[in-house]
Amino acid sequence: MYDQIIIRYGEIALKGKNQKEFVDLLRNRVKQKVSHFTGVEINMTFDRMYIKLNGNDHEEVIPKLQEVFGIHSMSLALKTEHDIEAMKDGALRAVKDAGGDAPRTFKVTSKRPYKNFPISSQELNQIIGAHILKNTENITVDVHNPDTEVRVEVKRNGTFISCNHFEGAGGLPISRNNRVMLMLSGGIDSPVAGYLTMKRGVKIEMVHFHSPPFTSERSRQKVEDLAKILTKFGGDLLLHVVHFTEVQKAIQSNIPSNYSMTIMRRMMMRITERLAEKNEALGIATGESLGQVASQTLHSMNTINEVTNYPIIRPLIAMDKVEIMKIAHKIGTYDVSIRPYEDCCTVFLPDAPKTRPKRKNAQKFEQSLDIESLIEEAISKTETVTLREKELINKGFEDLF
Amino acid sequence: MIYLDNSATTKPYPEVLDTFRKVAESHFANPSSIHGKGSEAERLLLQARSIVADLLHVHSKEIVFTSGGTEGNNLAIKGTAFQHQSRGKHLITTAVEHASTLESFKQLEDIGFEVTYLPVDAAGRISMEDLRKEVRKDTILVSMIHVNNEIGTIQPIEEAGEYLRNFPKAVFHVDHVQGLSKVPLNFKKAKVDLCTMSAHKVHGLKGSGILYVRSGVKLFPLFTGGEQEGTVRAGTENVPGVVAMAKALRVVLEKSKSGIKQLRHLQETARKELCEIDGILINTPEQNSAPHILNFSVPRIKPEVLIHTLEEEGIYISTKSACSSKAQGGSRILEAAGYGPERSEHALRVSFSFENRQDDIERLVEALEEVLPKLKSVMG
Repeated sequence: MYDQIIIRYGEIALKGKNQKEFVDLLRNRVKQKVSHFTGVEINMTFDRMYIKLNGNDHEEVIPKLQEVFGIHSMSLALKTEHDIEAMKDGALRAVKDAGGDAPRTFKVTSKRPYKNFPISSQELNQIIGAHILKNTENITVDVHNPDTEVRVEVKRNGTFISCNHFEGAGGLPISRNNRVMLMLSGGIDSPVAGYLTMKRGVKIEMVHFHSPPFTSERSRQKVEDLAKILTKFGGDLLLHVVHFTEVQKAIQSNIPSNYSMTIMRRMMMRITERLAEKNEALGIATGESLGQVASQTLHSMNTINEVTNYPIIRPLIAMDKVEIMKIAHKIGTYDVSIRPYEDCCTVFLPDAPKTRPKRKNAQKFEQSLDIESLIEEAISKTETVTLREKELINKGFEDLF
Repeated sequence: MIYLDNSATTKPYPEVLDTFRKVAESHFANPSSIHGKGSEAERLLLQARSIVADLLHVHSKEIVFTSGGTEGNNLAIKGTAFQHQSRGKHLITTAVEHASTLESFKQLEDIGFEVTYLPVDAAGRISMEDLRKEVRKDTILVSMIHVNNEIGTIQPIEEAGEYLRNFPKAVFHVDHVQGLSKVPLNFKKAKVDLCTMSAHKVHGLKGSGILYVRSGVKLFPLFTGGEQEGTVRAGTENVPGVVAMAKALRVVLEKSKSGIKQLRHLQETARKELCEIDGILINTPEQNSAPHILNFSVPRIKPEVLIHTLEEEGIYISTKSACSSKAQGGSRILEAAGYGPERSEHALRVSFSFENRQDDIERLVEALEEVLPKLKSVMG
């Protein structure tokens, strides 16, 4: 019975002069998201977007829109004429739809920006509330803590009645101009960091370090699968798979084992920075959470961070593991992240990595490495894969499904 | 050939066979093997799982690949009973289930479970009132067929699911083998916990099936061994069968978009024309029945003889369910619906697929019009 979805913008509404740019980005993204539902129409006013369903099932459309950054909340709505009888009837249907005849409380909240309509919002609340009370059983009014809130908005282009509200993903619509390299390991944290980075309107490109034969094809596939999940939120994404074997071998044979992890991280950071420069990205995002493992102590960060002056975005820095896991579940990366394949960080993990490495020592040990040529070799063997949001089937299997 | 026995099994689509052959030939490795070939097979399996999950609007984790409908029903029913027997030993099902469900419950009765079989009305449908009456505190499972395989009756799955929400200890299983692609069922909306499906009823291959297991629902495995299928169902995965099933499901669900209407049209034509033939009584209810099954009785004529006579004309139909066709006696389903022996022992079933056309119905009707009087004069 609902014929539209009302989309509210949240933060974009506060953007002043730049608002139009944000709204355009959002509109394009919404358009991509609903493109496979035939007949769906998008209309805009200055503070809202309206999705006309034209027969499509809102239960299929809403989850898609919940993956779009920049949407604060959504409501299912039905549009009626500026006619009190039609409004009464619509509100009653909306209440029934929201919970059948189950006992509960409700309230009506009317707004009337379109002042040519003769009935005030106060009066509307009463008239519509009374109509609902008269025509239902087990439903009572509670204006403070209602189970169901019926919103009636009398706007110039019609009256919108809604009572099912859905939270959006929040954040800002993603702009290609804000690009950041995300270091993606295959664990639980880095995809979540990618999600949260994108949430702030940033387009990510992902960097993964692959060390065959020490890390397997399965672990690379796992990373591609994670990257693929992130396309739900970010659209088509690039994944740079860095051939890291030579670097790891050099570290293993030249660096004392308690510093190998620190130096490895410094090398990764350098390579990522180089890729950022090459691809015109302006920062680096990681899944680091302060104190979680040896490489993420404050000492480690201090030592590792020394090799770059690019901004490092660490959305998880203050989060506990359980909070991170909760988001991983929500965005659907958790089940892939826990596939038990080794990645380049675990395969050479020393028994006792230094938790308080020093910049001075790291610099000293690195003198035995030919850093520049290692970086260049790794970069030259980097493979870039495009993950497409709308691509359902893995490459190579297209003709099988 | 006019094949009208699609409820027994369907003809595999050519592209499904293609997929099966390619996978069996090129991706034969064990998905659990460490090497690259194993990893490739595992990826195929993952891909198939995610496609199937997407098509069914559920999560990949909620898909368990089985060997087919019989295994799915056995695993859902016994797996639930064994898992939760300490919570209660009362189980509910209906009087019109498929043999694999019925026999699972009989077995459970033999080892001490109590089973309530809900009666059905003349249309073969249970009443919600009966269900409400029978669910108790110690009920741990309610199992129901969505679309009856013999007469096509649709059970009130959504209402049942809604009501069972009040009994969080009662697991709700639906046998959706006949309904898949022909009678849409939204598992989430209907609050279904477990749902059985089979590949060969939707133009896939025998030996593959799906059990939907809602996230959070636990089953006692019937096969133990390796860690395949989340340890619910051990055994090396049937990769070609599974991939072929994903393909079949994709194709069949695409066809069903316009195909369901077409099936309904075929069924209506068949119903109208068969009604007019002297001596034919239609058993499939007009309301709330699947579009692809039409069951009718021809009293006094032995169904086997009629089947073989039609076969000579190149038309293939069936008696009752294929899985019960060798058992003696009348249709258990029609008996449960209150029909006497004359009608239940002489029941026949025609069942369509999206491949059938109006012509097929015309041919069937013509053939029946021609052979029935002859058979009657011999047998009647």
